[in-house]
Amino acid sequence: MPTDTPPPAAPAPALSRRSFLRNSAVLASGIAAVAASLAPLRELTDITSMEQFLQKHYKELTPADMEQVLARITRDVEKQYQVRPHVADYKPMDGVEFVYCLNLTRCIGCRKCVHACVAENNQSRSPEIQYIRVLKMPHGSLDMEKGDHNYSPASVPEKGFFYMPVQCQQCKNPACVKVCPVKATWQEADGITVIDYDWCIGCRYCEAACPYFARRFNWTKPSIPKDRLNPNMSYLGNRPRRQGVMEKCHFCIQRTRQGRYPACLEVCPAGARKFGNVLDPNSEVAHILRTKRVFIQLKEEVGTSPRFFYYFDV
Amino acid sequence: MSLMRKTQNYFVFLLRCGRIAFQGDWRYYAWMGVLTVFCLLGLNAYVRQFVHGLVVTGMSDQVSWGVYISNFTFMVGVAAAAAMLVIPVYIYDNKELHDLVIFGELLAVAAIIMCLAFVTVDLGRPDRFWHLIPGIGQFNFPGSMLSWDVIVLNGYLLLNVHICGYLLYTRYSGARPGPWFYIPFVFIAIFWAISIHTVTAFLYVGLGGRPYWNSSIVGPRFIASAFTAGPALIILALQVIRRVTDYRISDRALLTLRNIVQVSMLINVFLLANEIFKEFYARTAHVASSEYLYFGLHGFHALVPWIWSAIAFNLVAMVILVLPLSKSLRYLNFACILSIVGIWIEKGMGLVVPGFIPSPLGEIVEYSPSMNETLVCLGIWAFGLLCYTLMLRMAIPILQGRLTRDGGLTATPVAAPAAAH
Repeated sequence: MPTDTPPPAAPAPALSRRSFLRNSAVLASGIAAVAASLAPLRELTDITSMEQFLQKHYKELTPADMEQVLARITRDVEKQYQVRPHVADYKPMDGVEFVYCLNLTRCIGCRKCVHACVAENNQSRSPEIQYIRVLKMPHGSLDMEKGDHNYSPASVPEKGFFYMPVQCQQCKNPACVKVCPVKATWQEADGITVIDYDWCIGCRYCEAACPYFARRFNWTKPSIPKDRLNPNMSYLGNRPRRQGVMEKCHFCIQRTRQGRYPACLEVCPAGARKFGNVLDPNSEVAHILRTKRVFIQLKEEVGTSPRFFYYFDV
Repeated sequence: MSLMRKTQNYFVFLLRCGRIAFQGDWRYYAWMGVLTVFCLLGLNAYVRQFVHGLVVTGMSDQVSWGVYISNFTFMVGVAAAAAMLVIPVYIYDNKELHDLVIFGELLAVAAIIMCLAFVTVDLGRPDRFWHLIPGIGQFNFPGSMLSWDVIVLNGYLLLNVHICGYLLYTRYSGARPGPWFYIPFVFIAIFWAISIHTVTAFLYVGLGGRPYWNSSIVGPRFIASAFTAGPALIILALQVIRRVTDYRISDRALLTLRNIVQVSMLINVFLLANEIFKEFYARTAHVASSEYLYFGLHGFHALVPWIWSAIAFNLVAMVILVLPLSKSLRYLNFACILSIVGIWIEKGMGLVVPGFIPSPLGEIVEYSPSMNETLVCLGIWAFGLLCYTLMLRMAIPILQGRLTRDGGLTATPVAAPAAAH
């Protein structure tokens, strides 16, 4: 372009040997600098396969797709843990709406539920992810700001305190579901709010929205000792998660949709935990909600309408 | 002109713009070199985070958003503030700011690019970004405010890219811009600018479980603070442009912007006072986050020095801006810097973090950004400045009539520039 005269400040771009050498040197050091900044990529171990990258949303998977996905998960788990898992996609049962009732008079704060949950649901052990948080509360108040999250006395219960375990409340109007920008979390027909771990983008908006501190993020690659892996797994439940996605309590979908109790209930030594189908008038939970004088839905004022009820022996 | 010829002209335009981006004096090379170094440091830190996860940040399950989302929020405000140049010119027919509007719009483009970068680095699984694309992924619209934000931010980016690109290209071609090709978009962009910051405020306001955010004053405060910090940034940017190029920018134009910053800052401080009164006079259970922010709670007070500095900066800036003193550029600049820093702290440390403290179960876990996180932020800031500088490097010769279709790049304008848009 003959008319293109550069401004006086810039040198004329003449193609001399010197400018060629200089430009090459600039280009080479530029490439070297970019390569150096990308160097940590060499430590990447968990590489996304094309199959994983293109996997569709849970609700768009055909039964044949799901079979392939489950086979892939089985392969991946076996490769990583040398344990052959049984992975299934358990569906909600007809005429079932799960409800949890927790007796605050009985809970002794032993945290056995916390650890049974971790063992059942294949949470990362390092850093450890726990779905249940037990608060030690001074006698007489439900103000959670007065609660102690890190109590560790020689023995429980302690005089003058009661204990309040909090986990996902499986709300009827879940704030977390509403805010998810990609529909990676939703409420199932049996009332359980689930997460498609393969669809979640990890924005943590649900974690900010949850009024119960029920959601947990995989801040790094989860690690579970091979001999601690629970091989009975479900797609929406306790299959191992990857770095960068959300997880939370799902009422032990892999147990409860098979007619078993959640792990936290089974382990409770005080009988403080009751679980069942509220649509069945003969269930224990239906009986509790019918006959107890007082029961509490945490933070009723935020309008989430939990399926988790706290009650007392009165 | 045939379509072939038009396309060819456009590519020559792009090529010339690309070439000029690599030309400049030593100051230009030094500035761009420094920015590139910071970009690469940021990239390196981000790649480390990509590999090891967000564990390399200071965030936790209790405080699950930090400086990334804070900076995002602040930059949305800067982008929205371009409207504060557009409104006087297109609605009140202000002559002083007429030729400067495009600098505001280009700043909006750079700010939105930074916003998108800040959100992307906050994602746990950036490889799944396509789940957010309407049509291909699963877009939770209109349910999720984040999906609204995706629409308004990208829409605002397109609007401003179109307006700037169209005006610059017609000026380069020596043609008169056709009003129908840009005036409607300019007016849409004014409303759109308000919407981007309102929607971003609603991201927080919509969360019933976070009383600190679930307050109707957050939206108005966002707008007021954005219209303070944004034009303040433009005042500083224009003076830099005036100093390093021979582009003429009058003091009167800067003083018009001063009026905007002045009024916005007064409203901003007034709204802040409203919020503080409501929280501390009633002293309901919801005061906990504010108490943590301003005075500390149960022995934790990491944010206290930050917020009081922010308040001091804002108040001093307000006083200077109100006094005739700030008609002197030196004082005006000082007030602008105070406003920008004050509002940056207020939007970041002051808005995002205390929303998480105490946690919904009353637990107090404090937050401070990690080194890696800080480097990523610096990288994005450097990248934004790099983009803005590049855009100015291309736009200014075009606006001066030194880069034209017929004349290419010349040292002086080939002809008197046609009346601007």
